[in-house]
Amino acid sequence: MPLLELDHVSYSYHSKSGETYALSDISFQVEKGEFIAVTGPSGCGKSTLLSLISGLIAPNEGTIRLNGSSRYRETTNIGYMLQKDHLFEWRSVYRNVVLGLEIQHRLNEETDKHVREMLETYGLSRFADARPSELSGGMRQRAALIRTLALDPELLLLDEPFSALDFQTRLSVCDDVASILEKEKKTALLVTHDLSEAVSMADRVLVLSSRPARLRRILDIRYDKPKMTPLEKRSAPEFQKYFNLLWKELNAHE
Amino acid sequence: MNETKGSVSHQAYLDKIARRQRRITAIRILIFVLFLGLWETAVRQKWIDGFIFSSPSRVMTTFAQMCADHSIFLHIGITLLETLTSFFLVVLTGTGLALLLWYSTDLSEILEPYLVILNSLPKSALAPLLIVWLGANMKSIIAAGISVAIFGTILNLYTGFASTDPDEIKLIYTLKGTKRDVLARVIIPGTVPLLISIMKVNIGLCLVGVVIGEFIGAKQGLGYLIIYGSQVFKLDWVIMSIVILCMIAMGLYAMINCAEKIYLRKR
Repeated sequence: MPLLELDHVSYSYHSKSGETYALSDISFQVEKGEFIAVTGPSGCGKSTLLSLISGLIAPNEGTIRLNGSSRYRETTNIGYMLQKDHLFEWRSVYRNVVLGLEIQHRLNEETDKHVREMLETYGLSRFADARPSELSGGMRQRAALIRTLALDPELLLLDEPFSALDFQTRLSVCDDVASILEKEKKTALLVTHDLSEAVSMADRVLVLSSRPARLRRILDIRYDKPKMTPLEKRSAPEFQKYFNLLWKELNAHE
Repeated sequence: MNETKGSVSHQAYLDKIARRQRRITAIRILIFVLFLGLWETAVRQKWIDGFIFSSPSRVMTTFAQMCADHSIFLHIGITLLETLTSFFLVVLTGTGLALLLWYSTDLSEILEPYLVILNSLPKSALAPLLIVWLGANMKSIIAAGISVAIFGTILNLYTGFASTDPDEIKLIYTLKGTKRDVLARVIIPGTVPLLISIMKVNIGLCLVGVVIGEFIGAKQGLGYLIIYGSQVFKLDWVIMSIVILCMIAMGLYAMINCAEKIYLRKR
């Protein structure tokens, strides 16, 4: 059974000026442990897709199932990373990281230990009592990821989490996030308009068309050499091939 | 960090800043002393009439007399009590109502034009009405203080609540929070700096409202002293009351500044 299953999902927004068709007839499946990238022209509804999967909004048509159940929002945690880290300045780094646990009243000895271990592993334990403003851009993004992982989510949704970072930080944060997700054995769905990010991080890339977004193509990404970091993949021979394929796919019908 | 503490040029820079700061403070004090000196001399040399313009020494004498018979403490105490009471009521009810408006989009949309009109109304126009409705007592004076500050507080706070980054709210929902979590963990802590700056404005506004109220319907307080003094041509009283009001305004502002510092250190 796939971890996540979208079955003919459609969604449209309503506003005074009319109805906007955001997503049309999207179907795909995600296996446990997979890293999927979703890409497409800007404004095509990539973020809407994540909001639907997270259960913040409900599809007009079709069903979304997690572990075979469509009523997963009450029972399972789905991690969601937004473009900006949104660490709250009025909380210390530690209190930011446990925000989700606090909201769900699950902050206890065990979860506290888990969070502190993650802070330790990912180089933030020195900053547990610091203010977010004292962290670098990369550290902030790692803190935001730990905040998401603290709830032990079945599935992670990443909504262009690197787009606010400068290029150099972005490359190293990509590596960080990839290794953290690999280590914690998490399934992830990354929305990005950066093709090199998609090709260097994902096992599969879903290409959406412009609005209303349809699933145009699913591209499997395979590298001969196993266990490469996203940065290493960027200089692998396959990288250019996949990049060009995606580029053509995105520009074919514009 | 590239901070070298001992460098000669840096020390010279720091000295320059300190010198400038000292000069500014010195000139400030000089202006004050010159003003008082000029005022006193002008009265003593009969350039202006001390009966109408009073003088620093006459103000001090009046103050000493009223301290001796304790009457001044009563007037100051009453005005302070009324100001602080109306200030706290404004902060409490203003925050409460702003939260209510944030909670219900319908309500905020319905009430918006009324709030805008009430906010732009010159509130001193309400004071006579309040005196008639509530009687010439402390209640109506506190109400006058509240009326000056409340509408602006509600509008500003509500705007602050409503301009919270929608993604910060979305974050709370992705962590499975409810609207109450959004309120307690994003909206309220996020608007504390705004609340403090609104409070700084409000404490002054409440004082204005209270003095207006005392002008019209009071038997005690600095506003009463001003009106009464002007009616019986005791202008020493009037000017002394104005000076005391200046100091009260400064003191109240300093109090909120102090609270802000404590908050910034503690959080």
